[in-house]
Amino acid sequence: MLLAKIKEALQSLYEDIGDAAEIPAAADAVAAAATAAAPEAETLPEEATPEGEESKEEEVEETAAADAPAAAPPGPKETDYAAKGYHLDVELKPEKIPAAADILYRENFFIESITGVDWIDEQQLEAVYDFNHFDELCRVVIRTRTDRNNPEVPTISHIYQGANWHERETHDFFGIKFSGHPNLEPLLLPEDADFHPLLKDFKA
Amino acid sequence: MNGTLQQDVNQETFTLNLGPQHPATHGVLRVKLVMDGEYIVEAEPVLGYIHRMHEKMGENRTWAKFLPNCGRMDYLSALSYNHGYVAAVERAAKIEVPERAEYIRVITVELNRISSHLLWFGAFVLDLGGFTPLLYAFDDREFILDLLESVTGSRLTYCYFRFGGVYNDIDDAFIAGTREFIKKQRKRMPMYDALVTKNIILIKRLKEIGPISKDMARRYGATGPVARGSGINYDVRKHEPYSVYPELDFDIPVYEEGDSMARYMVRMDEIEQSMRIIEQALDKLPEGEIKPKKAVKMVKPEKGDYYHAVEAARGSFGVRLVSDGKNQAYRLKLRSPTYSNLSLYGEATKGMLLPDALALMGSLDLVIPEIDR
Repeated sequence: MLLAKIKEALQSLYEDIGDAAEIPAAADAVAAAATAAAPEAETLPEEATPEGEESKEEEVEETAAADAPAAAPPGPKETDYAAKGYHLDVELKPEKIPAAADILYRENFFIESITGVDWIDEQQLEAVYDFNHFDELCRVVIRTRTDRNNPEVPTISHIYQGANWHERETHDFFGIKFSGHPNLEPLLLPEDADFHPLLKDFKA
Repeated sequence: MNGTLQQDVNQETFTLNLGPQHPATHGVLRVKLVMDGEYIVEAEPVLGYIHRMHEKMGENRTWAKFLPNCGRMDYLSALSYNHGYVAAVERAAKIEVPERAEYIRVITVELNRISSHLLWFGAFVLDLGGFTPLLYAFDDREFILDLLESVTGSRLTYCYFRFGGVYNDIDDAFIAGTREFIKKQRKRMPMYDALVTKNIILIKRLKEIGPISKDMARRYGATGPVARGSGINYDVRKHEPYSVYPELDFDIPVYEEGDSMARYMVRMDEIEQSMRIIEQALDKLPEGEIKPKKAVKMVKPEKGDYYHAVEAARGSFGVRLVSDGKNQAYRLKLRSPTYSNLSLYGEATKGMLLPDALALMGSLDLVIPEIDR
């Protein structure tokens, strides 16, 4: 099955999870006050598979040591398709995104869209990538979080050329800088736009 | 820059602006072209002339108040957008839809698909210099607009679907009118075939022109008739069945050639398939409610993110919504099909003659408000 295969392939991106605390820790100081009020806000939907739970334990130890406010998930999570509309939920560190796109590219996935979410309470910006497959129904969601004050994610436009516009759009709306992008100019906004309207603190 | 072309010819290039006001772009799309004589060196679509930030509007009003926005993106197949949005919210908020309402949704969406394809057919042939078919196509389309107006209350920017059902039940006059339309349209299609599809001028303009390969479609995420014209058997209605489509028997037209003609043929065949769907749905239409017994007053989906895709006339329309448990969206992402379909234009038109590139653009079936959102 495609789902099992891709899950296993993406699992390989978690092997050096030892330094995983880096990203949450960067936002730690700023987010501490905000997250104290809503500590659950960051945790993702809990449709954890038995495998997911197993690895969760390892990760609890790690994050406890790093004293991160919320845990980074340890691997790709299978989700309830009927309830959520996608099969696999993968949260990665920003620098792992091109590797994940490459794995999906080799398995003949196509790119559906890229977008962002502003988690202002945690001072983080999330980039969300939707992938789908033409032959077999398998929706994969890749997500990554980056510091809201200096949002930067590596581009995948050299792997999926369609990502070029999606990344430009996400840069327009959220200001996420896709490093390595050939032309990160405003696409939907005016060419001199210096604002990012989908940020929660945007005032017109 | 396409260096090879320049080196071979060793001539100066010039920049040509196509649009934003140009009839071939069917709206306010601008394409910056670097030309070498009649040949395109580089084509770069410039978007955003009618960008309205629908996604922000989704964040600052309740779930239900966003419904009218859905009719204002793809104004030619607005009901598919209605369907995509309500289906996503229904999935998130776990709202049940009565069977009759789902059948009515399918019937009206497919009628809307036919009217969209008819308009495209007329406008596309007009792009290529044939004026007459447009008049026939608009004549046919008028019939559908009247039918849909009688149930939805609007002619173009529909806001007909509600969470858990539809706004208005269909009556016997609508059913009889729809059956009459299908009878009439079946007689029209052979005429279109003889007048346009088999026309040697059309064939010469489209055959083996504007190739989009399977691989290109995949790298750019092209869906809908553009992907199916490149030999990709992908239709959300079959691939990821939703609503009552699994209970209906229809085929997905797929053409392997990948040229403008293939995309033309896919849409022409889809008109017949949509008519098949409508006929079956009318035969199977169950009695019953069109809204949930307990009225949906306050929609508050559980925290989390949800995705739902539908097959709009131009491809896969997806809604990704993030809920924080309130009665309005935390984030509402609208994945519009022509945005991805157009993004391959630069690569597909490299080295192409300008008139052929315009034929290719027409075969993509662009609706600019849907690209810009």
